[in-house]
Amino acid sequence: MSTTINQSPATKSPKILVFSTDKISDPGIDQAGLRKIHYAPSVYVISLPCSSGIKPKWILHALEHGFDGVFIAADGHECSYSSRCAEHTNTIVETSQVLMKEKNINPRRVRMAALCSVCAEPFASHMENYGKILASLED
Amino acid sequence: MKQRIGVYICHCGGNISDYVDVEELGKMFHQEENVVVSKDVMFACADSNQKDMVADIQANKLDAIVVCSCSPKLHLHTFKNVAARAGLNPSNYVQVNIREQCSWPHSDRPREATVKAAGLIRAGINRVSYSESLENIELTVKKSALVIGAGVSGMKAAIDLARSGNEVFLIEKDFFVGGRIAQKQTLFPTNQNGKEVVTFLYNEMKKFPNITIFTGATVEKVSGSLGNFSVDIKVKPRYIKPSADKRSVERAMGECPVTIHDDFNLGLVERKAIYKNYPEALPDVPVVDAEALKDAHDFTSKFASTLNLNEEAQTLSLIAGSVLVTTGYDHYQPKEGEYGYKTISNVVTLPELNRLMEMNPEKLVYKGKQIKSLAFIYCVGSRQTKGDNKYCSRQCCTSTIHTSLQLKEKYKDIQTYHLYRDIRTYGKQELMYAESSKQGDLYFKYEEKEMPVVSVDGKSTIVKVKDYLTAKKEMEIEADLVVLVTGMVAREDATTISELFKIPIGRDKFFNEIHPKLKPVETVIKGVYIGGTCQGPKNVSESVQSSLAGASKITALLKSGTVSVDPIIASVDANKCTWCGKCSDVCDFTAIKEVLFGEKHVAGVNKAVCTGCGICAPVCPENVIEIAQYTDNEIESMIDGFMMDFDIKEKGTGEVVEVEEEGKVGMKEYPLVWREILAGMTAEKNTIPEIVANTKLAGELVTFHLMTMNRYGVVVPAGMDAKETYYYYKRK
Repeated sequence: MSTTINQSPATKSPKILVFSTDKISDPGIDQAGLRKIHYAPSVYVISLPCSSGIKPKWILHALEHGFDGVFIAADGHECSYSSRCAEHTNTIVETSQVLMKEKNINPRRVRMAALCSVCAEPFASHMENYGKILASLED
Repeated sequence: MKQRIGVYICHCGGNISDYVDVEELGKMFHQEENVVVSKDVMFACADSNQKDMVADIQANKLDAIVVCSCSPKLHLHTFKNVAARAGLNPSNYVQVNIREQCSWPHSDRPREATVKAAGLIRAGINRVSYSESLENIELTVKKSALVIGAGVSGMKAAIDLARSGNEVFLIEKDFFVGGRIAQKQTLFPTNQNGKEVVTFLYNEMKKFPNITIFTGATVEKVSGSLGNFSVDIKVKPRYIKPSADKRSVERAMGECPVTIHDDFNLGLVERKAIYKNYPEALPDVPVVDAEALKDAHDFTSKFASTLNLNEEAQTLSLIAGSVLVTTGYDHYQPKEGEYGYKTISNVVTLPELNRLMEMNPEKLVYKGKQIKSLAFIYCVGSRQTKGDNKYCSRQCCTSTIHTSLQLKEKYKDIQTYHLYRDIRTYGKQELMYAESSKQGDLYFKYEEKEMPVVSVDGKSTIVKVKDYLTAKKEMEIEADLVVLVTGMVAREDATTISELFKIPIGRDKFFNEIHPKLKPVETVIKGVYIGGTCQGPKNVSESVQSSLAGASKITALLKSGTVSVDPIIASVDANKCTWCGKCSDVCDFTAIKEVLFGEKHVAGVNKAVCTGCGICAPVCPENVIEIAQYTDNEIESMIDGFMMDFDIKEKGTGEVVEVEEEGKVGMKEYPLVWREILAGMTAEKNTIPEIVANTKLAGELVTFHLMTMNRYGVVVPAGMDAKETYYYYKRK
């Protein structure tokens, strides 16, 4: 794989990786864009089928490779796969936090909140609030 | 690893390129060693570009493509089809969303939007580098369908399925078909009798030899999957000897000395222990409550040749290619004391009133008293901000108003008071609301924070309500009967069906479809569909629409005898698996089972059952489970892609709109909509309404595209019309 020119962009907002789900939170995030609701351009989204399918090692990978925080847009009770989705996703967050502690990463660098398919404003405000929290962390 | 990748970056007219420097990005990615084609295109989805892509893929022997444009919700399948047409496996295609998730939300910061777009595209290229060609999974399916629940939805679906040549098993928990509509004397808007509809549908079903109806039947066990569900059903006995003649059965019914709770009439009266729900109920064989008759020895010995109280339940095994669940709903049952229910003698629910009306053809009498005035309290058990049922039950407003019209028609001298929160008689049903107002029904609007209060004052029942339409004035209404308009709730046994078929249940406790708009009758369980009110509150026509949609889906699915399913499922590296069972424990679909791999025990994935949700992957202590298209390599390489820094030149603030000449925008031909708009510009200059009238395109669409066409100099404004309402546009 080739690496491109290494010059940092002007952005100073914390880099947030969002794990979203294609049937529930993706439409909400897309709607934020459609309605031109602005949030920091340092927010990147990876879409998955279900928030219970996120591997803790991916979260660690993101945090060790430059992301300041990982935000999980959880399916919660709306999940079409499992009624225990919130429970499963929560376990993933807890497992990740144990691994993060071992590597001296502040456990607040992973965060989970339920996000629905029309949650455009809530998504933008989550990003703003989480960005502020991450900016204040010194680990 | 893919080495010959094609990257297409879309301007989307200007929706992307106004803020993201797509031309620069196109050039930049062309320098990547595994990228063979990198282009910026005006509209990636335009037919002309799709043709170019097919030509590129074939001429350059591309092994993967990345399209950077809008949300995959819009064009994922468009480009998968492009790949397929060019002979490229559609799995080797990645869609990157640089519009909804980049140019639009970051239109305030164009330079950073370009940096982000570069990261997103890089991530897409990284991901597609690891993509693998996947083939759909082919399964053999049996051309038979199991329909659970013989209400109006289930019966209509069964008829349609049978007409399309499928073998149909229709099972009903009750001993008689018809479900809830049999309890309604009239149905809006046609005023048909519910029982007549049931009889009509039953007789229709009887015309099809390929429909088998089981009543008094419940699902006991389910195994298998799409194409071959194996379902055990238990058929409860009717305790009537098959040899018994109709006359002796009728005599037994007439002479039966024991009475029991009448479920069909909601407990308002009692019925005999040998019963039919109503005289015309079908199938035309009564049922015996054997438990109630166990001590009536004289009676049972007199009818020994008719009754068989020792008859046992039968268990049958059915094989079905697909399943349609139409199990319906329960009425919300008010708690004791809720608006005086069960504590004040003349408080009933709307379904109870409907039964009372049928039982009282001349005068409406309840507990010996003639009813002259009724107060309806709406939204009981629905729209509870703090309660369990947050949803609106959709049909109750209409059902109440319909009942109110029926009351007046049937009993003439009767006054109704309606205490409502909002009247939701949507669509044509609004006409009934107008009719009700015209006939003198009185409406009072209350709010949830100040609910009506039902109390007893001497012999009178008083309902106090603060009417928000008259400045919250407190009204006191004396009513002979208070009717609680109760909504629909999920059936109590919905959890049993959910557990048997693994159908997910929503927060409202109804069954969950995959997507309310795009997959409204499909569940995440392949081959299992839902229809009618088991999915959520619906009126009869909406219920039938959804169950017929389910029936059509099943017919299409079973038609060819084989079915092709999405290959995005879990896979286990059997060499490394040490079988701990954790993956199997978390799988709600029982898609993972312990299997033998050589001599060792490992996790095996049932391809027909796996939904690809990925819940099993994070719990594996050995990390040997991956989901196709969401592998560690794909996800981690995307993260690496996001993190790469790019040197992006300033394109401008985004506030200045660059008007480019037609030739410069690089279009070989205009998009179809533009061509239609130009064809619709029949005069020298035209207003938007004129173009809309000429083209039959939606006004908003014409406005949007005309603005873009103006920006690119395809059309130009040409003054205003005489009334100064609309601008004229003409071709440049």
